[in-house]
Amino acid sequence: MLTLVGLVLIAIAAPMLLPDPLAQPDILQGVNQPPGAKHWFGTDQLSRDVLSRVVTGARISLTIAFLAVAVSVTLGAMVGLVAGYWGGWVDAVLMRIVDGALAIPRLFVLLLVVAAWESLPLLVFILLLGTTGWFGTSRLIRGEVLRLKQEPYVRAAEALGAHRIRIVLRHLLPNTAGPLLVAATLGVGNVVLLEAGLSFLGVGVRPPTPTWGGMILDSQEILFVAPWTSIFPGLAIVITVLAVNLFGDALREAVDPRHA
Amino acid sequence: MTRWLIGRTAQAAITFLVAAVLMFFLMRLTPGDPLARLMGDRPMTSEEVATLRGLYGLDQPLPSQFTRFVAGLAQGDLGTSIEYRTPVTTLIRQRLPASLLLGGTVLLLNFTLGVWLGALQAVRLGKPLDRWLSTISLAGFAVPSFWLGLILAWLVGIKWQLLPALGMIDPLLPASAGLGARSLDIARHLILPAFTLSVVSIAATMRYQRTAMIDALREPYVRTARAKGLSERRVIWRHAWRTSLFPVITLFGLWLPIVVTGSVFVEHVFNWPGLGSLTAKAISGRDYPVIMGASLLAASLVVGGGWLTDVAYAALDPRTRRAQ
Repeated sequence: MLTLVGLVLIAIAAPMLLPDPLAQPDILQGVNQPPGAKHWFGTDQLSRDVLSRVVTGARISLTIAFLAVAVSVTLGAMVGLVAGYWGGWVDAVLMRIVDGALAIPRLFVLLLVVAAWESLPLLVFILLLGTTGWFGTSRLIRGEVLRLKQEPYVRAAEALGAHRIRIVLRHLLPNTAGPLLVAATLGVGNVVLLEAGLSFLGVGVRPPTPTWGGMILDSQEILFVAPWTSIFPGLAIVITVLAVNLFGDALREAVDPRHA
Repeated sequence: MTRWLIGRTAQAAITFLVAAVLMFFLMRLTPGDPLARLMGDRPMTSEEVATLRGLYGLDQPLPSQFTRFVAGLAQGDLGTSIEYRTPVTTLIRQRLPASLLLGGTVLLLNFTLGVWLGALQAVRLGKPLDRWLSTISLAGFAVPSFWLGLILAWLVGIKWQLLPALGMIDPLLPASAGLGARSLDIARHLILPAFTLSVVSIAATMRYQRTAMIDALREPYVRTARAKGLSERRVIWRHAWRTSLFPVITLFGLWLPIVVTGSVFVEHVFNWPGLGSLTAKAISGRDYPVIMGASLLAASLVVGGGWLTDVAYAALDPRTRRAQ
Protein backbone atom coordinates (compact mmCIF):
# COMPACT_ATOMS: atom_id res chain seq x y z
CA MET A 1 0.00 0.00 0.00
CA LEU A 2 2.77 2.42 0.96
CA THR A 3 4.67 1.48 -2.16
CA LEU A 4 1.60 2.28 -4.23
CA VAL A 5 1.03 5.66 -2.64
CA GLY A 6 4.74 6.36 -3.07
CA LEU A 7 4.60 5.43 -6.74
CA VAL A 8 1.64 7.67 -7.41
CA LEU A 9 3.26 10.56 -5.54
CA ILE A 10 6.51 10.14 -7.43
CA ALA A 11 4.62 9.99 -10.70
CA ILE A 12 2.82 13.23 -9.88
CA ALA A 13 5.58 15.25 -8.26
CA ALA A 14 8.83 14.20 -9.84
CA PRO A 15 8.39 15.47 -13.41
CA MET A 16 8.68 18.96 -11.95
CA LEU A 17 12.09 18.23 -10.47
CA LEU A 18 13.63 16.16 -13.25
CA PRO A 19 14.95 17.08 -16.69
CA ASP A 20 12.58 17.00 -19.65
CA PRO A 21 12.08 13.34 -20.68
CA LEU A 22 12.00 14.30 -24.34
CA ALA A 23 14.98 16.63 -24.32
CA GLN A 24 18.11 15.40 -26.05
CA PRO A 25 20.63 17.56 -24.20
CA ASP A 26 23.84 16.28 -25.70
CA ILE A 27 23.31 14.07 -28.69
CA LEU A 28 27.04 14.04 -29.49
CA GLN A 29 28.67 13.31 -26.11
CA GLY A 30 25.90 12.29 -23.72
CA VAL A 31 24.65 9.15 -25.49
CA ASN A 32 24.37 5.84 -23.57
CA GLN A 33 25.93 7.26 -20.40
CA PRO A 34 26.05 4.75 -17.54
CA PRO A 35 24.24 5.66 -14.30
CA GLY A 36 26.14 8.38 -12.42
CA ALA A 37 25.78 11.50 -10.36
CA LYS A 38 24.35 13.57 -13.19
CA HIS A 39 21.98 10.93 -14.56
CA TRP A 40 21.08 8.48 -11.78
CA PHE A 41 19.71 5.90 -14.21
CA GLY A 42 22.03 6.83 -17.10
CA THR A 43 21.02 8.07 -20.53
CA ASP A 44 19.70 6.36 -23.66
CA GLN A 45 20.79 6.37 -27.31
CA LEU A 46 19.33 9.83 -27.80
CA SER A 47 21.02 11.13 -24.60
CA ARG A 48 17.67 11.36 -22.82
CA ASP A 49 17.64 10.96 -19.05
CA VAL A 50 16.41 7.42 -18.23
CA LEU A 51 15.26 8.33 -14.72
CA SER A 52 12.94 11.06 -15.89
CA ARG A 53 11.65 8.82 -18.67
CA VAL A 54 10.90 6.04 -16.18
CA VAL A 55 9.07 8.49 -13.94
CA THR A 56 7.10 10.04 -16.78
CA GLY A 57 6.38 6.50 -17.92
CA ALA A 58 4.90 5.82 -14.49
CA ARG A 59 2.60 8.74 -15.00
CA ILE A 60 1.43 7.49 -18.37
CA SER A 61 1.21 3.81 -17.46
CA LEU A 62 -0.71 4.44 -14.24
CA THR A 63 -3.08 6.92 -15.88
CA ILE A 64 -3.83 4.44 -18.66
CA ALA A 65 -4.29 1.60 -16.18
CA PHE A 66 -6.61 3.50 -13.82
CA LEU A 67 -8.80 4.89 -16.58
CA ALA A 68 -8.97 1.59 -18.48
CA VAL A 69 -9.91 -0.28 -15.31
CA ALA A 70 -12.56 2.32 -14.48
CA VAL A 71 -14.12 1.64 -17.88
CA SER A 72 -13.88 -2.14 -17.62
CA VAL A 73 -15.18 -2.32 -14.05
CA THR A 74 -18.16 -0.13 -14.92
CA LEU A 75 -19.01 -2.27 -17.95
CA GLY A 76 -18.43 -5.50 -16.05
CA ALA A 77 -20.64 -4.40 -13.19
CA MET A 78 -23.42 -3.31 -15.54
CA VAL A 79 -23.44 -6.50 -17.55
CA GLY A 80 -23.09 -8.66 -14.45
CA LEU A 81 -25.95 -6.92 -12.65
CA VAL A 82 -28.24 -7.08 -15.64
CA ALA A 83 -27.45 -10.72 -16.47
CA GLY A 84 -27.68 -11.84 -12.87
CA TYR A 85 -30.84 -9.98 -11.93
CA TRP A 86 -32.85 -10.25 -15.14
CA GLY A 87 -31.91 -13.88 -15.72
CA GLY A 88 -33.64 -15.83 -18.50
CA TRP A 89 -32.64 -15.29 -22.09
CA VAL A 90 -30.94 -11.94 -21.35
CA ASP A 91 -28.57 -13.80 -19.04
CA ALA A 92 -28.12 -16.67 -21.50
CA VAL A 93 -27.23 -14.41 -24.43
CA LEU A 94 -24.92 -12.15 -22.42
CA MET A 95 -23.09 -15.06 -20.85
CA ARG A 96 -22.60 -16.86 -24.20
CA ILE A 97 -20.99 -13.68 -25.54
CA VAL A 98 -18.82 -13.43 -22.44
CA ASP A 99 -17.81 -17.08 -22.84
CA GLY A 100 -16.80 -16.46 -26.43
CA ALA A 101 -14.87 -13.32 -25.53
CA LEU A 102 -13.10 -15.06 -22.65
CA ALA A 103 -11.99 -17.78 -25.05
CA ILE A 104 -9.74 -15.35 -26.92
CA PRO A 105 -6.74 -14.40 -24.79
CA ARG A 106 -6.99 -10.65 -24.17
CA LEU A 107 -3.70 -9.94 -25.94
CA PHE A 108 -5.10 -11.36 -29.17
CA VAL A 109 -8.36 -9.42 -28.88
CA LEU A 110 -6.33 -6.24 -28.58
CA LEU A 111 -3.94 -7.20 -31.37
CA LEU A 112 -6.83 -7.72 -33.78
CA VAL A 113 -8.12 -4.24 -33.09
CA VAL A 114 -4.99 -2.26 -32.39
CA ALA A 115 -2.82 -3.40 -35.28
CA ALA A 116 -5.13 -1.69 -37.75
CA TRP A 117 -4.60 1.82 -36.39
CA GLU A 118 -1.84 3.74 -38.10
CA SER A 119 -1.58 6.15 -35.20
CA LEU A 120 -3.36 5.25 -32.02
CA PRO A 121 -4.76 8.18 -30.02
CA LEU A 122 -4.14 7.65 -26.31
CA LEU A 123 -7.83 7.99 -25.45
CA VAL A 124 -8.81 5.31 -27.97
CA PHE A 125 -6.12 3.01 -26.59
CA ILE A 126 -7.47 3.47 -23.06
CA LEU A 127 -11.01 2.78 -24.24
CA LEU A 128 -9.86 -0.35 -26.07
CA LEU A 129 -8.05 -1.64 -22.98
CA GLY A 130 -11.17 -0.87 -20.95
CA THR A 131 -13.69 -2.48 -23.29
CA THR A 132 -11.67 -5.70 -23.52
CA GLY A 133 -11.26 -6.19 -19.78
CA TRP A 134 -14.76 -6.52 -18.40
CA PHE A 135 -15.65 -10.10 -19.28
CA GLY A 136 -14.25 -11.73 -16.18
CA THR A 137 -15.65 -9.02 -13.91
CA SER A 138 -19.15 -9.47 -15.33
CA ARG A 139 -18.94 -13.17 -14.54
CA LEU A 140 -17.91 -12.44 -10.98
CA ILE A 141 -20.65 -9.87 -10.38
CA ARG A 142 -23.29 -12.09 -11.97
CA GLY A 143 -22.38 -14.82 -9.48
CA GLU A 144 -22.65 -12.38 -6.58
CA VAL A 145 -26.03 -11.12 -7.79
CA LEU A 146 -27.39 -14.65 -8.14
CA ARG A 147 -26.53 -15.16 -4.49
CA LEU A 148 -27.79 -11.76 -3.29
CA LYS A 149 -31.07 -12.11 -5.19
CA GLN A 150 -32.24 -14.64 -2.61
CA GLU A 151 -31.49 -12.35 0.34
CA PRO A 152 -34.50 -11.26 2.42
CA TYR A 153 -33.90 -7.56 1.93
CA VAL A 154 -34.01 -7.92 -1.85
CA ARG A 155 -37.18 -9.97 -1.56
CA ALA A 156 -38.64 -7.32 0.73
CA ALA A 157 -37.82 -4.54 -1.70
CA GLU A 158 -39.47 -6.53 -4.47
CA ALA A 159 -42.55 -7.11 -2.33
CA LEU A 160 -42.77 -3.38 -1.66
CA GLY A 161 -42.98 -2.87 -5.40
CA ALA A 162 -39.60 -1.22 -5.90
CA HIS A 163 -38.60 -0.77 -9.51
CA ARG A 164 -36.05 -3.24 -10.89
CA ILE A 165 -33.57 -0.50 -11.65
CA ARG A 166 -33.91 0.81 -8.10
CA ILE A 167 -33.27 -2.64 -6.67
CA VAL A 168 -30.21 -3.09 -8.85
CA LEU A 169 -28.73 0.31 -8.08
CA ARG A 170 -29.70 0.71 -4.44
CA HIS A 171 -29.53 -2.81 -3.11
CA LEU A 172 -27.44 -5.03 -5.35
CA LEU A 173 -24.69 -2.68 -6.53
CA PRO A 174 -23.54 -1.54 -3.06
CA ASN A 175 -23.35 -5.15 -1.93
CA THR A 176 -21.10 -6.16 -4.80
CA ALA A 177 -18.70 -3.30 -4.07
CA GLY A 178 -16.21 -5.54 -2.24
CA PRO A 179 -15.49 -8.08 -4.98
CA LEU A 180 -15.66 -5.27 -7.51
CA LEU A 181 -12.93 -3.38 -5.71
CA VAL A 182 -10.72 -6.47 -5.61
CA ALA A 183 -11.29 -7.11 -9.32
CA ALA A 184 -10.44 -3.50 -10.05
CA THR A 185 -7.18 -3.62 -8.10
CA LEU A 186 -5.97 -6.81 -9.74
CA GLY A 187 -7.15 -5.38 -13.07
CA VAL A 188 -4.76 -2.44 -12.70
CA GLY A 189 -1.76 -4.77 -12.48
CA ASN A 190 -3.01 -6.66 -15.50
CA VAL A 191 -3.43 -3.56 -17.61
CA VAL A 192 0.02 -2.24 -16.68
CA LEU A 193 1.54 -5.50 -17.97
CA LEU A 194 -0.69 -5.58 -21.04
CA GLU A 195 0.03 -1.99 -21.97
CA ALA A 196 3.75 -2.59 -21.54
CA GLY A 197 3.51 -5.68 -23.73
CA LEU A 198 1.62 -3.92 -26.50
CA SER A 199 3.97 -0.96 -26.40
CA PHE A 200 6.88 -3.41 -26.57
CA LEU A 201 5.37 -4.96 -29.69
CA GLY A 202 5.12 -1.45 -31.11
CA VAL A 203 1.32 -1.26 -31.23
CA GLY A 204 0.55 0.42 -27.90
CA VAL A 205 1.46 3.95 -26.97
CA ARG A 206 3.53 5.37 -29.83
CA PRO A 207 6.86 7.20 -29.44
CA PRO A 208 8.10 9.67 -28.41
CA THR A 209 5.73 9.41 -25.43
CA PRO A 210 7.79 7.53 -22.84
CA THR A 211 6.21 4.30 -21.60
CA TRP A 212 7.92 1.44 -19.83
CA GLY A 213 7.16 -1.06 -22.58
CA GLY A 214 8.23 1.36 -25.27
CA MET A 215 11.50 2.09 -23.43
CA ILE A 216 12.30 -1.61 -23.30
CA LEU A 217 11.56 -1.86 -27.01
CA ASP A 218 13.93 1.04 -27.73
CA SER A 219 16.62 -0.45 -25.52
CA GLN A 220 16.62 -3.76 -27.38
CA GLU A 221 19.25 -2.61 -29.89
CA ILE A 222 21.54 -1.05 -27.31
CA LEU A 223 21.08 -3.66 -24.57
CA PHE A 224 24.70 -4.76 -24.82
CA VAL A 225 26.20 -1.30 -24.50
CA ALA A 226 23.61 0.32 -22.24
CA PRO A 227 21.72 -2.36 -20.27
CA TRP A 228 20.44 0.26 -17.78
CA THR A 229 18.06 1.58 -20.44
CA SER A 230 16.24 -1.74 -20.18
CA ILE A 231 16.76 -2.71 -16.54
CA PHE A 232 15.17 0.35 -14.94
CA PRO A 233 11.87 0.49 -16.85
CA GLY A 234 11.52 -3.29 -16.35
CA LEU A 235 12.05 -2.97 -12.61
CA ALA A 236 9.50 -0.18 -12.55
CA ILE A 237 6.92 -2.54 -14.09
CA VAL A 238 7.76 -5.35 -11.65
CA ILE A 239 7.55 -3.09 -8.58
CA THR A 240 4.30 -1.47 -9.68
CA VAL A 241 2.51 -4.70 -10.58
CA LEU A 242 3.80 -6.48 -7.49
CA ALA A 243 2.62 -3.65 -5.23
CA VAL A 244 -0.80 -3.59 -6.89
CA ASN A 245 -1.19 -7.36 -6.66
CA LEU A 246 -0.09 -7.54 -3.02
CA PHE A 247 -2.58 -4.80 -2.23
CA GLY A 248 -5.28 -6.67 -4.15
CA ASP A 249 -4.53 -9.88 -2.27
CA ALA A 250 -4.75 -8.13 1.08
CA LEU A 251 -7.97 -6.47 -0.02
CA ARG A 252 -9.44 -9.80 -1.03
CA GLU A 253 -8.67 -11.28 2.34
CA ALA A 254 -10.26 -8.29 4.04
CA VAL A 255 -13.36 -8.33 1.83
CA ASP A 256 -13.90 -12.05 1.55
CA PRO A 257 -13.00 -14.09 4.61
CA ARG A 258 -13.44 -17.32 2.63
CA HIS A 259 -10.17 -16.64 0.84
CA ALA A 260 -8.16 -15.89 3.94
CA MET B 1 -22.15 -39.51 -19.04
CA THR B 2 -22.86 -39.55 -22.78
CA ARG B 3 -25.55 -36.90 -22.46
CA TRP B 4 -23.34 -34.77 -20.30
CA LEU B 5 -20.48 -35.15 -22.75
CA ILE B 6 -22.64 -34.13 -25.73
CA GLY B 7 -23.89 -31.09 -23.83
CA ARG B 8 -20.40 -30.01 -22.81
CA THR B 9 -19.08 -30.50 -26.36
CA ALA B 10 -21.93 -28.46 -27.84
CA GLN B 11 -21.19 -25.72 -25.32
CA ALA B 12 -17.53 -25.68 -26.37
CA ALA B 13 -18.50 -25.51 -30.05
CA ILE B 14 -20.86 -22.58 -29.43
CA THR B 15 -18.21 -20.76 -27.41
CA PHE B 16 -15.69 -21.15 -30.21
CA LEU B 17 -18.17 -19.96 -32.83
CA VAL B 18 -19.06 -16.88 -30.79
CA ALA B 19 -15.35 -16.19 -30.37
CA ALA B 20 -14.78 -16.50 -34.14
CA VAL B 21 -17.68 -14.16 -34.91
CA LEU B 22 -16.39 -11.63 -32.37
CA MET B 23 -12.95 -11.77 -33.97
CA PHE B 24 -14.31 -11.21 -37.44
CA PHE B 25 -16.22 -8.11 -36.39
CA LEU B 26 -13.40 -6.78 -34.24
CA MET B 27 -11.16 -6.84 -37.25
CA ARG B 28 -13.58 -5.36 -39.75
CA LEU B 29 -14.96 -2.61 -37.56
CA THR B 30 -11.62 -0.90 -37.06
CA PRO B 31 -10.90 2.09 -39.25
CA GLY B 32 -7.61 0.71 -40.55
CA ASP B 33 -7.34 -0.91 -43.94
CA PRO B 34 -6.07 -4.50 -43.93
CA LEU B 35 -4.26 -3.72 -47.17
CA ALA B 36 -2.57 -0.59 -45.85
CA ARG B 37 0.65 -2.52 -45.43
CA LEU B 38 0.74 -3.66 -49.05
CA MET B 39 -0.06 -0.22 -50.35
CA GLY B 40 2.66 1.27 -48.19
CA ASP B 41 5.32 -0.87 -49.88
CA ARG B 42 5.04 0.86 -53.20
CA PRO B 43 2.59 3.19 -54.90
CA MET B 44 -0.19 1.22 -56.58
CA THR B 45 -2.61 2.13 -59.31
CA SER B 46 -6.26 2.04 -58.36
CA GLU B 47 -6.70 -0.99 -60.64
CA GLU B 48 -4.09 -2.95 -58.73
CA VAL B 49 -5.76 -2.00 -55.48
CA ALA B 50 -9.10 -3.14 -56.86
CA THR B 51 -7.62 -6.49 -57.94
CA LEU B 52 -6.13 -7.00 -54.49
CA ARG B 53 -9.40 -6.09 -52.82
CA GLY B 54 -11.15 -8.64 -54.99
CA LEU B 55 -8.52 -11.24 -54.14
CA TYR B 56 -9.07 -10.78 -50.41
CA GLY B 57 -12.82 -10.33 -50.83
CA LEU B 58 -12.69 -6.83 -49.36
CA ASP B 59 -14.79 -5.36 -52.17
CA GLN B 60 -17.87 -7.24 -51.05
CA PRO B 61 -20.42 -6.09 -48.47
CA LEU B 62 -19.85 -7.11 -44.86
CA PRO B 63 -22.43 -9.93 -44.72
CA SER B 64 -20.97 -11.75 -47.72
CA GLN B 65 -17.44 -11.21 -46.36
CA PHE B 66 -18.67 -12.90 -43.25
CA THR B 67 -20.16 -15.87 -45.12
CA ARG B 68 -16.88 -16.23 -46.99
CA PHE B 69 -14.98 -16.17 -43.70
CA VAL B 70 -17.20 -18.81 -42.09
CA ALA B 71 -17.09 -21.02 -45.20
CA GLY B 72 -13.30 -20.78 -45.26
CA LEU B 73 -13.14 -21.56 -41.56
CA ALA B 74 -15.28 -24.66 -42.02
CA GLN B 75 -12.92 -25.92 -44.71
CA GLY B 76 -9.87 -25.17 -42.61
CA ASP B 77 -8.88 -22.30 -44.90
CA LEU B 78 -7.52 -19.32 -42.99
CA GLY B 79 -6.54 -17.22 -45.97
CA THR B 80 -3.14 -16.29 -47.36
CA SER B 81 -0.43 -14.42 -45.53
CA ILE B 82 0.30 -10.99 -46.97
CA GLU B 83 3.91 -11.13 -45.85
CA TYR B 84 4.91 -14.68 -46.84
CA ARG B 85 2.40 -15.21 -49.69
CA THR B 86 1.69 -18.70 -48.35
CA PRO B 87 -1.52 -20.10 -46.87
CA VAL B 88 -1.79 -19.36 -43.15
CA THR B 89 -2.50 -23.03 -42.43
CA THR B 90 0.83 -24.01 -44.02
CA LEU B 91 2.65 -21.41 -41.92
CA ILE B 92 0.97 -22.70 -38.78
CA ARG B 93 1.92 -26.27 -39.61
CA GLN B 94 5.56 -25.27 -40.14
CA ARG B 95 5.73 -23.33 -36.89
CA LEU B 96 3.74 -25.71 -34.72
CA PRO B 97 6.50 -28.22 -33.75
CA ALA B 98 8.75 -25.56 -32.21
CA SER B 99 5.88 -24.12 -30.20
CA LEU B 100 4.79 -27.55 -29.04
CA LEU B 101 8.32 -28.31 -27.89
CA LEU B 102 8.54 -25.08 -25.91
CA GLY B 103 4.98 -25.32 -24.56
CA GLY B 104 5.41 -28.98 -23.64
CA THR B 105 8.61 -28.29 -21.72
CA VAL B 106 6.95 -25.45 -19.82
CA LEU B 107 3.93 -27.65 -19.12
CA LEU B 108 6.18 -30.34 -17.71
CA LEU B 109 8.10 -27.86 -15.53
CA ASN B 110 4.95 -26.17 -14.28
CA PHE B 111 3.08 -29.27 -13.36
CA THR B 112 6.02 -30.99 -11.67
CA LEU B 113 8.13 -28.28 -10.08
CA GLY B 114 5.20 -25.90 -9.55
CA VAL B 115 3.02 -28.56 -7.97
CA TRP B 116 5.84 -29.74 -5.72
CA LEU B 117 6.73 -26.21 -4.59
CA GLY B 118 3.10 -25.36 -3.93
CA ALA B 119 2.65 -28.47 -1.81
CA LEU B 120 5.84 -27.70 0.07
CA GLN B 121 4.49 -24.24 0.87
CA ALA B 122 1.31 -25.69 2.33
CA VAL B 123 3.31 -28.04 4.52
CA ARG B 124 5.40 -25.13 5.79
CA LEU B 125 2.40 -22.80 5.97
CA GLY B 126 3.34 -19.44 7.44
CA LYS B 127 6.99 -20.38 7.83
CA PRO B 128 9.73 -18.33 6.13
CA LEU B 129 9.98 -20.80 3.22
CA ASP B 130 6.27 -20.38 2.47
CA ARG B 131 6.51 -16.61 2.66
CA TRP B 132 9.56 -16.48 0.41
CA LEU B 133 8.03 -18.75 -2.19
CA SER B 134 4.79 -16.74 -2.08
CA THR B 135 6.68 -13.54 -2.75
CA ILE B 136 8.67 -15.14 -5.54
CA SER B 137 5.57 -16.53 -7.22
CA LEU B 138 3.83 -13.17 -6.94
CA ALA B 139 6.89 -11.57 -8.48
CA GLY B 140 6.57 -14.08 -11.32
CA PHE B 141 3.07 -12.73 -11.92
CA ALA B 142 4.47 -9.22 -12.06
CA VAL B 143 7.45 -9.73 -14.37
CA PRO B 144 6.91 -8.86 -18.03
CA SER B 145 8.07 -11.95 -19.92
CA PHE B 146 9.71 -9.97 -22.70
CA TRP B 147 11.81 -8.00 -20.25
CA LEU B 148 12.94 -11.06 -18.31
CA GLY B 149 13.78 -12.73 -21.62
CA LEU B 150 15.83 -9.79 -22.83
CA ILE B 151 17.78 -9.53 -19.58
CA LEU B 152 18.48 -13.27 -19.56
CA ALA B 153 19.50 -13.26 -23.22
CA TRP B 154 21.89 -10.42 -22.46
CA LEU B 155 23.35 -11.83 -19.23
CA VAL B 156 23.47 -15.57 -19.89
CA GLY B 157 23.66 -15.54 -23.65
CA ILE B 158 25.90 -12.61 -24.51
CA LYS B 159 27.78 -11.50 -21.41
CA TRP B 160 28.59 -14.86 -19.89
CA GLN B 161 28.36 -16.81 -23.16
CA LEU B 162 26.84 -19.77 -21.32
CA LEU B 163 23.90 -20.61 -23.54
CA PRO B 164 22.72 -19.66 -27.00
CA ALA B 165 20.24 -16.79 -26.78
CA LEU B 166 18.69 -16.82 -30.23
CA GLY B 167 16.88 -19.30 -32.42
CA MET B 168 16.47 -23.02 -32.05
CA ILE B 169 19.32 -24.46 -34.10
CA ASP B 170 22.95 -23.41 -34.30
CA PRO B 171 23.49 -22.36 -37.93
CA LEU B 172 27.15 -23.40 -37.69
CA LEU B 173 26.29 -26.97 -36.76
CA PRO B 174 27.85 -29.21 -39.45
CA ALA B 175 25.37 -30.98 -41.69
CA SER B 176 26.99 -34.28 -40.76
CA ALA B 177 26.12 -33.91 -37.07
CA GLY B 178 24.32 -36.92 -35.65
CA LEU B 179 20.95 -37.08 -33.98
CA GLY B 180 22.50 -36.83 -30.53
CA ALA B 181 24.40 -33.66 -31.34
CA ARG B 182 21.33 -32.14 -32.97
CA SER B 183 19.08 -32.90 -29.99
CA LEU B 184 21.67 -31.50 -27.60
CA ASP B 185 21.88 -28.34 -29.69
CA ILE B 186 18.10 -27.85 -29.61
CA ALA B 187 18.00 -28.61 -25.87
CA ARG B 188 20.64 -25.94 -25.19
CA HIS B 189 18.64 -23.41 -27.20
CA LEU B 190 15.50 -24.42 -25.35
CA ILE B 191 16.75 -23.67 -21.82
CA LEU B 192 16.44 -19.87 -21.76
CA PRO B 193 13.02 -19.51 -23.43
CA ALA B 194 11.57 -22.40 -21.42
CA PHE B 195 12.92 -20.92 -18.18
CA THR B 196 11.51 -17.46 -18.95
CA LEU B 197 8.09 -18.77 -19.88
CA SER B 198 8.05 -20.99 -16.79
CA VAL B 199 8.84 -18.13 -14.42
CA VAL B 200 5.88 -16.10 -15.63
CA SER B 201 3.45 -19.03 -15.62
CA ILE B 202 4.51 -21.18 -12.66
CA ALA B 203 2.98 -18.80 -10.11
CA ALA B 204 -0.52 -19.96 -11.08
CA THR B 205 0.32 -23.61 -10.45
CA MET B 206 2.08 -22.91 -7.17
CA ARG B 207 -0.69 -20.79 -5.73
CA TYR B 208 -3.37 -23.23 -6.78
CA GLN B 209 -1.57 -26.27 -5.44
CA ARG B 210 -0.84 -24.46 -2.19
CA THR B 211 -4.54 -23.81 -1.58
CA ALA B 212 -5.53 -27.35 -2.56
CA MET B 213 -2.91 -28.80 -0.25
CA ILE B 214 -3.92 -26.59 2.68
CA ASP B 215 -7.48 -27.88 2.27
CA ALA B 216 -6.31 -31.48 1.98
CA LEU B 217 -4.21 -31.23 5.13
CA ARG B 218 -7.33 -30.24 7.08
CA GLU B 219 -9.28 -33.32 5.97
CA PRO B 220 -10.32 -35.92 8.54
CA TYR B 221 -8.48 -38.73 6.74
CA VAL B 222 -5.22 -36.90 7.27
CA ARG B 223 -5.96 -36.79 10.99
CA THR B 224 -6.82 -40.49 10.84
CA ALA B 225 -3.54 -41.26 9.10
CA ARG B 226 -1.65 -39.35 11.77
CA ALA B 227 -3.63 -41.11 14.50
CA LYS B 228 -2.68 -44.45 13.01
CA GLY B 229 0.89 -43.46 13.75
CA LEU B 230 2.10 -43.19 10.16
CA SER B 231 5.27 -41.22 9.61
CA GLU B 232 4.72 -37.53 8.89
CA ARG B 233 6.34 -37.96 5.49
CA ARG B 234 3.91 -40.68 4.56
CA VAL B 235 0.93 -38.71 5.84
CA ILE B 236 1.88 -35.64 3.84
CA TRP B 237 2.97 -37.12 0.55
CA ARG B 238 0.87 -40.29 0.34
CA HIS B 239 -2.39 -39.20 1.96
CA ALA B 240 -2.73 -35.44 1.66
CA TRP B 241 -0.74 -34.69 -1.47
CA ARG B 242 -2.29 -37.33 -3.67
CA THR B 243 -5.82 -36.06 -3.10
CA SER B 244 -4.72 -32.44 -3.43
CA LEU B 245 -3.47 -33.16 -6.95
CA PHE B 246 -7.01 -33.65 -8.11
CA PRO B 247 -8.19 -30.00 -8.15
CA VAL B 248 -4.99 -29.08 -9.98
CA ILE B 249 -6.50 -30.63 -13.13
CA THR B 250 -8.80 -27.61 -13.33
CA LEU B 251 -5.78 -25.41 -13.48
CA PHE B 252 -4.85 -26.60 -16.96
CA GLY B 253 -7.68 -24.56 -18.47
CA LEU B 254 -6.50 -21.43 -16.65
CA TRP B 255 -2.87 -22.04 -17.39
CA LEU B 256 -3.18 -22.38 -21.19
CA PRO B 257 -4.06 -18.74 -21.98
CA ILE B 258 -1.15 -17.52 -19.85
CA VAL B 259 1.31 -19.65 -21.78
CA VAL B 260 -0.20 -18.89 -25.20
CA THR B 261 0.06 -15.17 -24.48
CA GLY B 262 3.49 -15.48 -22.91
CA SER B 263 4.87 -17.40 -25.85
CA VAL B 264 4.18 -14.47 -28.19
CA PHE B 265 6.65 -12.36 -26.21
CA VAL B 266 9.13 -15.04 -25.23
CA GLU B 267 9.41 -16.55 -28.71
CA HIS B 268 9.75 -13.07 -30.17
CA VAL B 269 12.58 -12.11 -27.82
CA PHE B 270 14.51 -15.36 -28.29
CA ASN B 271 13.68 -15.61 -31.98
CA TRP B 272 12.26 -19.08 -31.34
CA PRO B 273 10.79 -20.29 -34.65
CA GLY B 274 7.28 -21.02 -33.32
CA LEU B 275 3.80 -19.60 -33.59
CA GLY B 276 4.44 -16.86 -31.02
CA SER B 277 7.23 -15.24 -32.99
CA LEU B 278 5.15 -15.67 -36.15
CA THR B 279 2.38 -13.68 -34.45
CA ALA B 280 4.77 -11.01 -33.19
CA LYS B 281 6.21 -10.55 -36.70
CA ALA B 282 2.73 -10.46 -38.19
CA ILE B 283 1.86 -7.60 -35.85
CA SER B 284 4.69 -5.36 -36.96
CA GLY B 285 4.01 -6.33 -40.57
CA ARG B 286 0.25 -5.86 -40.17
CA ASP B 287 -0.18 -9.29 -41.69
CA TYR B 288 -3.89 -9.60 -40.94
CA PRO B 289 -4.63 -13.14 -42.09
CA VAL B 290 -1.80 -14.41 -39.87
CA ILE B 291 -2.94 -12.43 -36.80
CA MET B 292 -6.45 -13.77 -37.39
CA GLY B 293 -5.19 -17.34 -37.78
CA ALA B 294 -3.10 -17.11 -34.63
CA SER B 295 -6.02 -15.68 -32.65
CA LEU B 296 -8.33 -18.43 -33.90
CA LEU B 297 -5.75 -21.01 -32.90
CA ALA B 298 -5.36 -19.42 -29.46
CA ALA B 299 -9.13 -19.42 -28.98
CA SER B 300 -9.43 -23.05 -30.06
CA LEU B 301 -6.67 -23.96 -27.60
CA VAL B 302 -8.43 -22.18 -24.75
CA VAL B 303 -11.81 -23.70 -25.59
CA GLY B 304 -10.29 -27.13 -26.17
CA GLY B 305 -8.27 -26.90 -22.96
CA GLY B 306 -11.38 -26.01 -20.97
CA TRP B 307 -13.27 -28.89 -22.54
CA LEU B 308 -10.47 -31.34 -21.84
CA THR B 309 -10.25 -30.17 -18.23
CA ASP B 310 -13.97 -30.63 -17.62
CA VAL B 311 -14.04 -34.03 -19.29
CA ALA B 312 -11.02 -35.26 -17.35
CA TYR B 313 -12.55 -33.98 -14.13
CA ALA B 314 -15.91 -35.60 -14.84
CA ALA B 315 -14.28 -38.88 -15.80
CA LEU B 316 -12.43 -38.94 -12.49
CA ASP B 317 -15.18 -37.57 -10.25
CA PRO B 318 -18.75 -38.72 -11.04
CA ARG B 319 -20.20 -36.14 -8.65
CA THR B 320 -19.40 -33.37 -11.16
CA ARG B 321 -21.56 -35.00 -13.81
CA ARG B 322 -24.53 -35.43 -11.52
CA ALA B 323 -24.32 -31.83 -10.38
CA GLN B 324 -24.78 -30.53 -13.93
